[in-house]
Amino acid sequence: MKNKFTILIVFIFLSFCFAIFYKGLNSSNTYTPKTHDKKNIPIFRAKDFNSNINIDSKKIFEENIFYVVNIWASWCVPCRKEHPLLMELSKNKSVKLIGLNYRDNSINAKNFINEFGNPYAQILIDNDGMLAVEFGAYGVPETFLIDKDKKIIQKFVGPISQQIVKEIELIIE
Amino acid sequence: MKTLKIFLILFLFIGVAQLKSNEKNDILQNKILKNIRCLICQGQSVHDSESDFASSIKLIVEKKINTGSSEKQIYDFLREKYGDWIIYDPKLNKNTYVLWLLPLLLFLSGGAIMYKKISIKNNE
Repeated sequence: MKNKFTILIVFIFLSFCFAIFYKGLNSSNTYTPKTHDKKNIPIFRAKDFNSNINIDSKKIFEENIFYVVNIWASWCVPCRKEHPLLMELSKNKSVKLIGLNYRDNSINAKNFINEFGNPYAQILIDNDGMLAVEFGAYGVPETFLIDKDKKIIQKFVGPISQQIVKEIELIIE
Repeated sequence: MKTLKIFLILFLFIGVAQLKSNEKNDILQNKILKNIRCLICQGQSVHDSESDFASSIKLIVEKKINTGSSEKQIYDFLREKYGDWIIYDPKLNKNTYVLWLLPLLLFLSGGAIMYKKISIKNNE
């Protein structure tokens, strides 16, 4: 009887361990950020890409409209892929696109904009990546949708797709 | 001459105090960086990583230490931006109960079994 009880305990313990490890096998071991958390936009001061003048975040997001913050760099290949979609999104008057030029060379970044077009109402310089951290980003490209209450309501990791553009337009309307 | 001596001693004192303070900040910075996970690397801390993400985090941590933020404030800031996953030392919450309590439970049950076995042997 005592032997049977020990076997049962060992069996339950091993099953428990198996269940945990099996669950671990199926879950991703890379970072998967939460994309639906409502967070306030960070308060910061950043240099404007064109004028090199420091601007306060309050001034950047002062209008009562939706904003899309897109983190991009000229060296980032997926950014080239998503750029035509950003150009398309910029035609929508209910949203303002803010670009965050991430750890980039200014000449290369200017060439990139001249070659592919400028979808951004304003571009900010983020030479050391600290501004991207303030937004909770961890790479390029990354896109944030900010509502009229100045809260980040959606975060898109990686290049945006046609479907994401439609999703943004749906939220804005 | 006397004034010069006083100034020299004062200067040296300030220099040593500054060095001590820098050393203290470096130790704290290393401690924090070793406890932050590099989110785009596999199994590396921010301290060990040379990625763009890690170097940005290193700069943020350095800036926060220099502006007088405490270790807890820095962890809270990073948790707010990236969630609990970024810290190697997870907080006790509903998602980490098993992680924290299971080893304690196993330790206690092991101890109880050993205690029982020893007392049976002693009685014999």
